[in-house]
Amino acid sequence: MEEFLQQLTNGLAVGGIYALIALGYTMVYGILRLINFAHGDLFTLGAYFGLTLLISLGLADHLNGLAVGGVLIVMAMGLVAVVGWLLERVAYRPLRDSDRLAAVVSALGASIFFSNAIMLVYGPRSQVYPSGILPSAAFPLFGVEVPVMRFLMFGGSALLMCLLYWFIHKTRVGTAIRAVAIDQDAAKLMGINVNSIIALIFLIGPALGGAAGVMVGLYYGQITYDMGFSFGLKAFTAAILGGIGNIPGAMLGGILLGVIEAMGAAYISIAWKDAIAFAVLILILIFRPTGLLGERVADKV
Amino acid sequence: MSAGAIKERCRELQNKRWFASAAFVCFFLFMALAPSLLDLFGVSGGGIAQLDMLNKIGISAALALSLNVILGQAGLFHMGHTAFFAVGAYTTAVLSTMYQWPIFSAMPVAGLLAAAIGLAVALPIIHLRGDYLLVVTIGIVEIVRIALMNNIFGITGGANGIYGIARPAIFGFVFNSPKSQFYLIWSFTALTVFIFYLLEHSRFGRALNYIKADDTAAAGCGINVARYKLAAFTLGAFWAGMAGTLYAANIRTIEPTSFNFFESVILFAIVILGGSGSIAGVLLGSFLLIGLQDVFRDFDSARMLVFGLAMMAMMIFRPQGLLPPRRRRYDARKLMGKYACGISRQCGAKYNPYDEDEGSAS
Amino acid sequence: MSALSLRNLLKTFGGLVAVANVSFEVEDLSIVGLIGPNGAGKTTVFNMITGNYRPDSGDVIFNRRAITGMPTHEIVSLGIARTFQNIRLFQNMTVLENVLAGCHCRMKAGLFSSMFRFPRQRREERHAVEQAMRELAFVGLDRQYNNLAGNLSYGNQRLLEIARALASQPRFLILDEPAGGMNDQETEDLMGLIRNIRGRDITVLLIEHDMNLVMRVCEKIVVLEYGAVIAEGTPAQIKTNPLVIEAYLGVED
Repeated sequence: MEEFLQQLTNGLAVGGIYALIALGYTMVYGILRLINFAHGDLFTLGAYFGLTLLISLGLADHLNGLAVGGVLIVMAMGLVAVVGWLLERVAYRPLRDSDRLAAVVSALGASIFFSNAIMLVYGPRSQVYPSGILPSAAFPLFGVEVPVMRFLMFGGSALLMCLLYWFIHKTRVGTAIRAVAIDQDAAKLMGINVNSIIALIFLIGPALGGAAGVMVGLYYGQITYDMGFSFGLKAFTAAILGGIGNIPGAMLGGILLGVIEAMGAAYISIAWKDAIAFAVLILILIFRPTGLLGERVADKV
Repeated sequence: MSAGAIKERCRELQNKRWFASAAFVCFFLFMALAPSLLDLFGVSGGGIAQLDMLNKIGISAALALSLNVILGQAGLFHMGHTAFFAVGAYTTAVLSTMYQWPIFSAMPVAGLLAAAIGLAVALPIIHLRGDYLLVVTIGIVEIVRIALMNNIFGITGGANGIYGIARPAIFGFVFNSPKSQFYLIWSFTALTVFIFYLLEHSRFGRALNYIKADDTAAAGCGINVARYKLAAFTLGAFWAGMAGTLYAANIRTIEPTSFNFFESVILFAIVILGGSGSIAGVLLGSFLLIGLQDVFRDFDSARMLVFGLAMMAMMIFRPQGLLPPRRRRYDARKLMGKYACGISRQCGAKYNPYDEDEGSAS
Repeated sequence: MSALSLRNLLKTFGGLVAVANVSFEVEDLSIVGLIGPNGAGKTTVFNMITGNYRPDSGDVIFNRRAITGMPTHEIVSLGIARTFQNIRLFQNMTVLENVLAGCHCRMKAGLFSSMFRFPRQRREERHAVEQAMRELAFVGLDRQYNNLAGNLSYGNQRLLEIARALASQPRFLILDEPAGGMNDQETEDLMGLIRNIRGRDITVLLIEHDMNLVMRVCEKIVVLEYGAVIAEGTPAQIKTNPLVIEAYLGVED
């Protein structure tokens, strides 16, 4: 029971982060049918921006832990959003009318570029977030001491996801986003500026990824230039698991993947942790070919 | 002659049916001379570094051409091709080091095992749509890497891999020097080009292209879509397994990191950037993407940064790929106007195209 | 004898009944029209015949053989070919190569024999090109064999789809809005073509909104509304059927 609860909370904390990153994949996919392979590296960028801000601004001296976390996340989100916007302008917009795979290769190139740029600036060795920013206390849950940090992680990602959900479903701009996702040409005819909606998606998605980056830094305390690869791959897997293009699907897929992975590592084998996650994905896709919440569209003949 | 006229003549030449075959023959003749040219120009170190690089390119080209059947011809989004390459290389390594099999005997076994695994893996997932298939194939390459890492069946040697793989030998001749390796590898690449060129211009290759263009329409034409997709996948895996044999025998020490997702990504990029479905394009793509990683060595640690930028830039400037596939041409000019028309305004009552033939035959 | 009979076909999409208990017969060597307002379920019926959709219940009988739920490619090799409402040509291939796709299922060369071009396969290949050219000539497109399919006019693309379907040597041809996007002259030509297709011993079933064409070409008409057959009969009977008039024109209170 103790082990189970520990793994469950750990899985939820990590799963929330996967979900945040997965949202970036799924939103871009929903609008452009493009897998933005560079998204994982934007997440890494968020972690490094957060670290630089934390050290150079000396935030920890003036504010308490939670406020530092919040401010860092917001600032990193802004910076990564700008990079995401630039990425779309430079690497994807010229390829919008080309074969889909051309943009995928451009995204792969951008991914290689970003991870190596981070390595050049910050060095190949892992960087350490100062410890003690977030409370390291434990919280008794059903008699099991669970680190408070996990609740903060999960709560943070849940809050951001709720905000996104509200934005997409309750605002005018959100309606426009959904319209563009369904039919770009029709949306254009209705007077929606498709280019600015796409630009907006490339601000929001990377911003969420950047937030996840800072949270990973705070949670694990250690970041590496190539961590975007494994986190990105997991998050992309989560997006597919939930049904790519579907926002609640990405949230569900992320959280599910985090929990499955934590449980797999604890009860089956830690060395096979990643393989278990992929095996579950393959099994689910065999039985539900468009993911858990993906639309099951019959072939339009 | 003006530039325009030259361009026109070139286009005419390119449209000739024999142009592609002739170009391939010239290319491989030139490659056959490459080691001698390196000698002739007295490249430092006897050209060994260059030969090693060319060997690497040759293996990658054969491997990328086998992926091209799946990704370029059949249009299946497959980003896990290194998995089958790894199966071939490890099969060879195990057979060579544990059972002392000669490399050339291990080769078909490596291919068949890769094909069997490819078929088994593809069977349940082949119906998945584009991006879902993509992530599953990424999953496969990761699972294979992790399995090798964890010393599956106790024969893969875990993170250390397997070393001491024998050199290929035939009738007592051992392919020991980089030069002999070069001829062995590039013969295999030439064979690959030959086989896949025939495939591209066969009924089978045509069927794959129909499926890539529109699988519903292809099924509506009577093509067994699932079977052709599986056949393409299995054939690609088979060839990747054999390329794995050559790799293992060339490098002699294999480890899981040589078969990670990044290598799969490079293969994927070679096919798309070269020109999806085009053999010449994939060859050129192999030279560029494998060669460039080497050439950019001068940039030192910024090497991969420049490489990533180059990948983006090439894609933006040539979205259709560097050498997109040529349109298949059929010579039917003599048949124009030969057969009856079924639209009365144009040809009156004479409508059954089969009538006159049968009439003249009887 | 009926070439095709549909028995109580039912198809629902997530609670929406698209086709409800549709039954009708298509006589051998006849030309039958399936008409009805948009969304009546006509194309869904076609998709169940050709194996693109699997009916929830009911049977499709072709030449006294149940083909319900068979994969599309097998149905094609049994002799049912189709065209698509929203033209589905291989746009980036030549006109001839499109028709060769139709020849595919009548060819035998396997993976290895087709690669190594044994004399038999070369003969087969040559024969396929000839046959494709015959079909192109039949629809009047043989002179354009080397053009890209995507560069043809809309009307010619429809004709090319017919040629592609004919190349699979069907005994039964299904045309989904063949006159869609054609001008009057092209429609006129199409009517002759459809009759000539039947003249080649091929049964024709078509969906069409051009009533002039349907009334002049079809021997029997089946009317669908809200997924159900509301009338069937000769053009003369259909023209005067009050239910049909109501469905098309609405009824005055």
